[in-house]
Amino acid sequence: LAGGKSALAGAVTMEKITDYKDATNYNNYYEFGTDKADPAKNAHTLVTKPWSVAVEGLVKQPKTYTLEDLLKLSPQEERIYRLRCVEGWSMVIPWVGYSLSELIRKVEPLGSAKYVEFVTLADPKTMPYVGSRVLDWPYVEALRMDEAMHPLALLAFGMYGEVLPNQNGAPVRMVLPWKYGFKSAKSIVKIRFTDKEPRTAWNKAAANEYGFYSNVNPNVDHPRWSQETERRIGEDGLFAKKRKTLIFNGYEAQVGQLYAGMDLKKNF
Amino acid sequence: MRSWMVGRQKLLLHPATKPVLFIICLLPFAWLFYRAFANQLGANPAEALIRATGDWTLRFICIVLAITPLRVISGTPTLARFRRMLGLFAYFYVLLHLLSYSWFDKGFDVADIARDIVKRPFILVGFSAFVLLTPLAATSFNAAIKAMGARRWQWLHKLLYLIAALALLHFFWMRAAKNNFGEVIVYGVIIATLLGWRAWHRWGRSPRMAVPGAAANVR
Repeated sequence: LAGGKSALAGAVTMEKITDYKDATNYNNYYEFGTDKADPAKNAHTLVTKPWSVAVEGLVKQPKTYTLEDLLKLSPQEERIYRLRCVEGWSMVIPWVGYSLSELIRKVEPLGSAKYVEFVTLADPKTMPYVGSRVLDWPYVEALRMDEAMHPLALLAFGMYGEVLPNQNGAPVRMVLPWKYGFKSAKSIVKIRFTDKEPRTAWNKAAANEYGFYSNVNPNVDHPRWSQETERRIGEDGLFAKKRKTLIFNGYEAQVGQLYAGMDLKKNF
Repeated sequence: MRSWMVGRQKLLLHPATKPVLFIICLLPFAWLFYRAFANQLGANPAEALIRATGDWTLRFICIVLAITPLRVISGTPTLARFRRMLGLFAYFYVLLHLLSYSWFDKGFDVADIARDIVKRPFILVGFSAFVLLTPLAATSFNAAIKAMGARRWQWLHKLLYLIAALALLHFFWMRAAKNNFGEVIVYGVIIATLLGWRAWHRWGRSPRMAVPGAAANVR
């Protein structure tokens, strides 16, 4: 899977890219286990062909897209994004895909559509931890319409120039570099446009710890740890000081205006 | 049956048993040290070390709490001679746990650590367990028992029951937000069984079965 480097502002960081081995062996993908090493071990059972994504809800052109439809819906490009996990670690990953807005324009949302909901695969036959009580399956994430339309919101099909490995959310996932990693839904099967704020997976599990927005913000602590700093995987060794976390993960210039006038401490 | 029991007691009294046990208890540390050195702790070695040293602290607390029930149930009084060393290893691993957190997570920033302890109940509970374990480790030599008097010394060392509960709460809280309770339940059942056995032994048995003075030996 290939694409030219994106020309979009902020879409290609010059920072050192995380080792492929770390990016594919240190994952949170609870459908395949809660340990970071579990997804790489267990996700080989995921069946990504055939795959389709139903786009429905408050749109003029609802449609079920096959993966092949989606792959050629718009030219793909490479974007090198910082990824900041809510747990306090980060990576730099080269993704391949196109802006979600390309798909959104095609389905023509109605004026009443205020939110976009992403529903991910929950197949107990191929995903050993679906059915465990950790989360309320299927894993659901959501964005406000203007967030979803932001060009940095990436619909990704690949990373490191290859098709997405299963443990990284194959065959199609979101990547939202200014939000904590869990906001980026993996292995998406449904995209639904709605007028009400959807209940999202981690927010349902612990509303006081994981807000709807979950923008990267060093000034709003997680109740059990500080978000002021982060450890860059593979770079900040055992004895290195952790690096400072930036507001909106360093994408303030691009996304800051989406949240103008909002109290980010309340809307965390 | 009797000769087997005597044989087992003899084996446990062998002068080599303590050094052998000492080395066994050091194996998790040696293994972690080797893996850290060989860069085999995965993508996030700091997190791996902090978690593993915490796990081993909890395991040693369980092992220490298991000695008395094992000793009484199996009729092997010699087991008691290993309790001190095992208890000190629990302290050794909690020291490593605290050191890993302070060093790898906090870069020895004392103000930051202090803020963390005050602000986060989960850290406060873990830190309290460490603080409470300190006087136990500090009074683990014979002269301390003599100086304090056996009764007071025993009373102090019963704090381990509270410490075990705090350590479990700390672990529970760490996992709580992810609703990931599998391991927490395993440790919870082990600790509840070991403490429950003591309660049953102290108060619960029928008077007919009770041996005068036996309860005082249960700790």
